[in-house]
Amino acid sequence: MSILGNRVVRREDPKFLTVGGTYVADLDLPGSVHLTFVRSSMAHAKLLSVDTSGAKAMPGVIGVYTNDDLGMTNMPSIMSMTNEAMTPPMLASGTVRYVGEPIVAIVAESRELAADAVEQVVVEYEALTVVIDPKEARKDEVLLFPDAGTNTAFTLDFGGDDALFDDCEVVVELTLVNQRVAPCPMEGRSAAGHMTKDGRLEFSSATQAPHGVRDALVGFLGLDVDKVHVVTPDVGGGFGAKASVYPEDIVVGWCALKLGRPVRWTETRSESMLGLGHGRAQLQHVRMGGTREGVITAYRIDVLQDSGAYPGFGAVLPFMTRVMTSGPYKIPRAEFGSVSVVTNSTPTVAYRGAGRPEATAAIERTMDVFAREIAMDPAELRRRNLISKDEFPYTTPTETVYDVGDYHQALELALEVAGYDELRAQQSRRRASGDPSQLGIGLSCYVEITNGMPDGEFGAVEVRPDGKIIVRTGTSPHGQGHVTAWSMLVAEQMGVSIEDIEVLYGDTDIVPRGGGTMGSRSLQIGGAAVNQAAVDVVEKAKDLAADLFEASRDDIVLDKTSGRFHVVGTPAISRSWGELAKAAFAKDGNPLFAEVDLASGGPTFPFGTHVSVVEVDTETGKVTLLRHIAVDDAGRIVNPLLAEGQVHGGVAQGIAQALLEEVVYDLDGNPLTSTFADYSFISAAELPSFETRFTETPTPINALGAKGIGESGTIGSTPALHNAVCDALAHLGVRHVDMPTTPIRVWNAINEAGKAGL
Amino acid sequence: MIPASFDYVRANSLDEAIALLGEHGDEAKLLAGGHSLLPLMKLRIAQPAMLVDIGRLRELSYVRDEKEYVTVGALTRHHDVATSPVALASAAVLAHVADQIGDPQVRHRGTIGGSISHGDPASDLPAVLLALGATLVVQGPNGQREIAAKDFFLSFFEVALAPQEVLVEVRVPRSVEWGFEKLTKRAQDWAIVGAVAVRTSNGVGVGLINMGPVPLRAGAVEEAVASGSNAVDAAEFAADGTEPSADFNGSVAYRQHVAKVLVRRALEKVGV
Amino acid sequence: MKVEMTVNGNLESHDVEARTLLVNYLRDTLALTGTNIGCDTTSCGACTVLINGQSVKSCTVLAVQASGDDVTTIEGMASEDGTMHPVQAAFQECHGLQCGYCTPGMVMAITSLLKENPEPTEEEVRVGLEGNLCRCTGYHNIVESALMASRSLGVHS
Repeated sequence: MSILGNRVVRREDPKFLTVGGTYVADLDLPGSVHLTFVRSSMAHAKLLSVDTSGAKAMPGVIGVYTNDDLGMTNMPSIMSMTNEAMTPPMLASGTVRYVGEPIVAIVAESRELAADAVEQVVVEYEALTVVIDPKEARKDEVLLFPDAGTNTAFTLDFGGDDALFDDCEVVVELTLVNQRVAPCPMEGRSAAGHMTKDGRLEFSSATQAPHGVRDALVGFLGLDVDKVHVVTPDVGGGFGAKASVYPEDIVVGWCALKLGRPVRWTETRSESMLGLGHGRAQLQHVRMGGTREGVITAYRIDVLQDSGAYPGFGAVLPFMTRVMTSGPYKIPRAEFGSVSVVTNSTPTVAYRGAGRPEATAAIERTMDVFAREIAMDPAELRRRNLISKDEFPYTTPTETVYDVGDYHQALELALEVAGYDELRAQQSRRRASGDPSQLGIGLSCYVEITNGMPDGEFGAVEVRPDGKIIVRTGTSPHGQGHVTAWSMLVAEQMGVSIEDIEVLYGDTDIVPRGGGTMGSRSLQIGGAAVNQAAVDVVEKAKDLAADLFEASRDDIVLDKTSGRFHVVGTPAISRSWGELAKAAFAKDGNPLFAEVDLASGGPTFPFGTHVSVVEVDTETGKVTLLRHIAVDDAGRIVNPLLAEGQVHGGVAQGIAQALLEEVVYDLDGNPLTSTFADYSFISAAELPSFETRFTETPTPINALGAKGIGESGTIGSTPALHNAVCDALAHLGVRHVDMPTTPIRVWNAINEAGKAGL
Repeated sequence: MIPASFDYVRANSLDEAIALLGEHGDEAKLLAGGHSLLPLMKLRIAQPAMLVDIGRLRELSYVRDEKEYVTVGALTRHHDVATSPVALASAAVLAHVADQIGDPQVRHRGTIGGSISHGDPASDLPAVLLALGATLVVQGPNGQREIAAKDFFLSFFEVALAPQEVLVEVRVPRSVEWGFEKLTKRAQDWAIVGAVAVRTSNGVGVGLINMGPVPLRAGAVEEAVASGSNAVDAAEFAADGTEPSADFNGSVAYRQHVAKVLVRRALEKVGV
Repeated sequence: MKVEMTVNGNLESHDVEARTLLVNYLRDTLALTGTNIGCDTTSCGACTVLINGQSVKSCTVLAVQASGDDVTTIEGMASEDGTMHPVQAAFQECHGLQCGYCTPGMVMAITSLLKENPEPTEEEVRVGLEGNLCRCTGYHNIVESALMASRSLGVHS
């Protein structure tokens, strides 16, 4: 009876439910002092003077530091890909380039005193011209980095055939905004550090990648790697934004070294909305060409990526957009171009999907526009162009190799669950009646890349003499349930109860190396590594058992129902895991364990089809989501309960982008959506329950047959909702409405189409 | 997140609160439910030197049926207005609108008096009071006086309370038929635009939310209804005299259009 | 200023600044760190506790305002012997939490909601949670948890 594939409730939960998680801000750090920052209120300005004397004079203020005091180099260019002249300083130096940029670090005895001291710092600015619109930035008229000579941080190309669309019967063209959004994990950024008597920096961070934090601290603070210990306590969500190391994290470490007291920093939400990186922010221009019978033969997308003020990971995400250019379709020719520019806004970073939602959103919207152009049902157009299941591994025009998939199965299942034909009939009836409340049905077929880097991962399994199993993993879960999922994998291999397994992670002393949790990598490489370590331990145990039983190695059986080893034919004489662990010690002083650095077989490509059904009040433009159907295929599903949870969360975020959320700046670079009151973070009242299904097309890339699921919900859902809204308005002559489909945008589109007399 | 420092005193009676306001002038602010004031203080937009807490004066929390009127004590929490059998029977629009303010947690603390005295044209209750033709009862060092709702909302976040005055009661005429239409992006949001219509013995009153720097009464709509127009025709006047602002949630033209739609729908609900 | 209140059945008495928010009093002075801070505009509900049995956002209540009141936090929900309250148990059963940050607030909000409306519809649960934001779960399983808890509480009452 396999535990895999079962809805196993989480072992992690009782603690969270009864006393709550322990997040960085909850850590008991006696004697700690509080770090906070003075942040720029100007989007682009010279810093004429920064007067910290008032703050320094306040009782209880321990230190007030500017960038010169820190004496550190800038943060590095991203993977050496972005313009070296555009790297951010730890604290603003000479020029501020976005509202919220940290200028001064203040350490005080209490959080209250630190907040009071912030108000005493006087910054004199000389305003510089603000560039907020990436199209303006591209012109290089106002430079954020005069030394760079340009605002372009990074460019990418694939193909450049002017004749690409020449032989296409039908060509459609579209400009789309994939708007800037804020990741909004419920816990903001937080870190704490203190020096021990032996000169070790003990550092806690709300991060998705503790080893990355350790390496950054080592690099910037000049400490040896064994002098830095990073521990990740519970983390309240990350979604990609906490995969980056921020200057503030380094400043915490610097202050801990300097002051010899524990230093803690926890940002407020308003700070987080400006300082935690933003997501998406692409302006896209697409062209799609094909036949009147609905065979797509050419596609090109050009992206203008907003990097924000300092190019972070967001600046290079077009790389992932390019990888997924042609989506799940067998389009023979596809091209891509991108330019990433800096603007006076918060830097952009990875956010759930990180470059792939943008690719899917563009092509899926364009498929609907093409379908309408040739008067074909959007589902039929997709059906005709999806890669079929016998064409894998499939190499796309942009040289991505998809592992395996059955895209048609997902499409047909989604349409069936949605009751697509009946929905279209209902829509027709409502259109005929002229009801101000109209129905819209939107589809999205997607494929995406997970473990895209693709890294290997560390996994280890050790058996203690008391029979308890210790698992160590290089992943860094922050809600994904790895303790439960890895326990299931190990229990499956070793025939033990999941209750007898302890899973350790997030501590750089306990886990020597790890890639953290992001990019939907964890199960397919981290879980697979732990799984392999368990397999290896079983082999070692069998060797030991053979010695103990004085039997042939081939005659040793692990009975997985009892978790005991015996010689084939004599099950009554058996040994437990604990006994074999003792035997291992007795043999050569070593525990019974295995460590694996599992190399990745490559990225994997989950896929699916989503359908959204919306109602649009055509008098006010208000959109209500009635139903959302998600069919996703992430290969083999280890725990459907956890996998569904990932889809639900992803879908909510994807719908939020299509329906509601946007980061807005005015022309002076002032953020207008920098609190949870102004930013339309989606709530339960705007969402229905979701209708989710999984198909399972196992991947050959890893032993588990598993792909990542963490970002699929987001990638699949955004275009489905977006298409649904546009579909609801199509009969009124509306061709396209940009996201988010807020009431004003929808109404403007209806109004303009009406005026055009369509 | 952390307010600036202030002094705090809990008033044991209304008279004590009024006296403290007199003593400290505009350095002091009243604290009732705290859900209008504390959010401003946490962002340091407001930094009063003293808070006078009147939240425990539960004698000012009541909903009473006074025959022609329903009276609501100023310190009645929104939740209690929303669930009051008297309100539901005789001033259901008030109960319904109170039930829409913020979210359940806010409704357990915020008070009708606190919300109204704040003078935010984007909040729901003021427009309802205008439509109902309500009366506000205020108390100061010289005793009580009554202010008609139409005279209470002076300008943006400014109401007709003299420095030492405290709003103690809201008095509304009985109503049965009502319509309340609010356009928001999310359920917990302030209205992009809102409209409320009520039928009392005085006829049909119509109030507008977020259509100007103060809550507005749609006078032209009311006149049209009184002279026999149907909902569609009367609603055409909904934008008259309004000055909605433009922001990323709506242009002036959009808000004026939406006002007409919501007024029409609200009027339909009161049988126009 | 002196504050005195009952928290999870225990009488607590301390000196605090007038500006100390209830949430910070609970977290910093009483070391009840289960209640979390997720925003600074009374929007997210992660700080939700019960005051006299009703859900409130403890970030928008001064500790001094709550002096004399009966406060319940997430730490006070399970019984003495550790048995989870039906709302807590439902959350585990339905996978109603992922990172756990919004969870204490959700549990307290739902406890209060079910007290006022013991048999809510799905719609009523969703609107009832308009003041509690979650980024991980998409709310689907949180709503399931509330509906399951409503059934379990109904069975036992």
